[in-house]
Amino acid sequence: MRFLINGQSVESDVDLRTSLLDLLRDHLNLHGSKKGCNQGACGACTVLADGERILSCLALAVQYQGREITTIEGLAEEGNLHPLQRAFIEHDGFQCGYCTPGQICSAIGMAAEAKRGMPSHITRDLDTSLVTLDRDEVRERMSGNLCRCGAYNGIIDAISEVYVEAE
Amino acid sequence: MNPFTYARADHAEDALRLAEPQGAKFLGGGTNLVDLMRETIERPQSLVDVTGLSATIEETSAGGLRIGAAARNSAVAEHFAVRTRYPALSRALLAGASGQIRNMATVGGNILQRTRCTYFYDDDGSRCNKRVPGQGWDAIDGFNRIHAILGASSSCVATHPSDMCVALAAFDSVVHLRSARGERAVPITEFHRLPGDTPHVETVLEPGELIVAVELPPNPIAQRSTYRKVRDRSSYAFALVSVAAALQIEGSTVKDVRLALGGVAHKPWRASKAEAALRGREATEENFRAAAAAELIDARPLRDNAFKIELAVRTITAVLQQLTEEAQ
Repeated sequence: MRFLINGQSVESDVDLRTSLLDLLRDHLNLHGSKKGCNQGACGACTVLADGERILSCLALAVQYQGREITTIEGLAEEGNLHPLQRAFIEHDGFQCGYCTPGQICSAIGMAAEAKRGMPSHITRDLDTSLVTLDRDEVRERMSGNLCRCGAYNGIIDAISEVYVEAE
Repeated sequence: MNPFTYARADHAEDALRLAEPQGAKFLGGGTNLVDLMRETIERPQSLVDVTGLSATIEETSAGGLRIGAAARNSAVAEHFAVRTRYPALSRALLAGASGQIRNMATVGGNILQRTRCTYFYDDDGSRCNKRVPGQGWDAIDGFNRIHAILGASSSCVATHPSDMCVALAAFDSVVHLRSARGERAVPITEFHRLPGDTPHVETVLEPGELIVAVELPPNPIAQRSTYRKVRDRSSYAFALVSVAAALQIEGSTVKDVRLALGGVAHKPWRASKAEAALRGREATEENFRAAAAAELIDARPLRDNAFKIELAVRTITAVLQQLTEEAQ
């Protein structure tokens, strides 16, 4: 099977039962994406597939051949952290850090969804394609990423600094 | 997870041919099936990946919408025609799962997702007639606050977990199926079965039959519709009770109404009794409540879920009140 991970083409003939998460962690030595619940409840395994956030624990690797997969390891450019990575450090967006790679990948996908006009459960008006991201919208849209340390305030601060326009 | 073979289908005929061997299952986004396979509750011998089949959302000649079964939940939720003409469907999808799961899950898979009853999942410790036909059940005498109050049986009290299907049921949507014998169309309200004494048979789908599309008929009333979901936390949780509703008022009279409930039964529950009780009546809170109560009159609570009866009545009433206010 041939995969495209963080801009690099890699070949790995894994068992068909291998999840995208296990492919990354156990076969490609990319340990950034985390295995929390391994059943789609926590979001720690979130990666981007063609720019869309998905749960790599519920994804069979075989289905993602040829898709452009981006993990936390692929976000920094030329040694410079992604602005959201810097914001998480700045705002203490973590304690133990286990959920952080998933939080960051999820937030990047979330911001792209909002930018193209995807409404959320709390968006009042469905008739417009303009979405104003505020802190409540960010909280709702990030509900698939749990943080057992409870660092949510720092997480929302970090995401807001990068993606929420100042009021 | 048990071993399986895998093949990717390029079109529906391809998928049907690949799924001919016994033990084959169609694979969409995998958000439910992969989890169930990991728990060895599902043990397919081969998977036929149908995510490459039609995912288009297009106008029908009748003036409705046809949604390819491989369309992602997020793509349907954000489609402008869905948002403006069937807002309850968009809101139902956005109330379901998480952003990540909505990007993966397909429409076909959403319809065929299985119950989140904890006894169904507890392969090692619990009896479940749905998991092992004839085994018996632990849910009916167990912790059952999330379970069914309508249409359940002495064999099974599980609920269908979909939000999307509740909105589809309110709008008389039709599921288009394809098999080696040809095509057929089944109303979504007749697609899922009540448990009876065969709770493992959840739909009218025949072996090897494939969902290819869902069709929303033209329905002007759907423009004034919404979806409300009551759950244990405000996001990323399954419904205790949910309501999809559309309301058309002329003067102060209910000209037409559509109501469907989620979280209360083995299938998305079209509230036909409440609808009948409301048509032609004054649009008042009192009448809304009476109609809701008429629907719930057949409800049979279990040890822990009697609260759902009053919750359903209140939620129906509140949603109809909201739609009345928005119409004014």
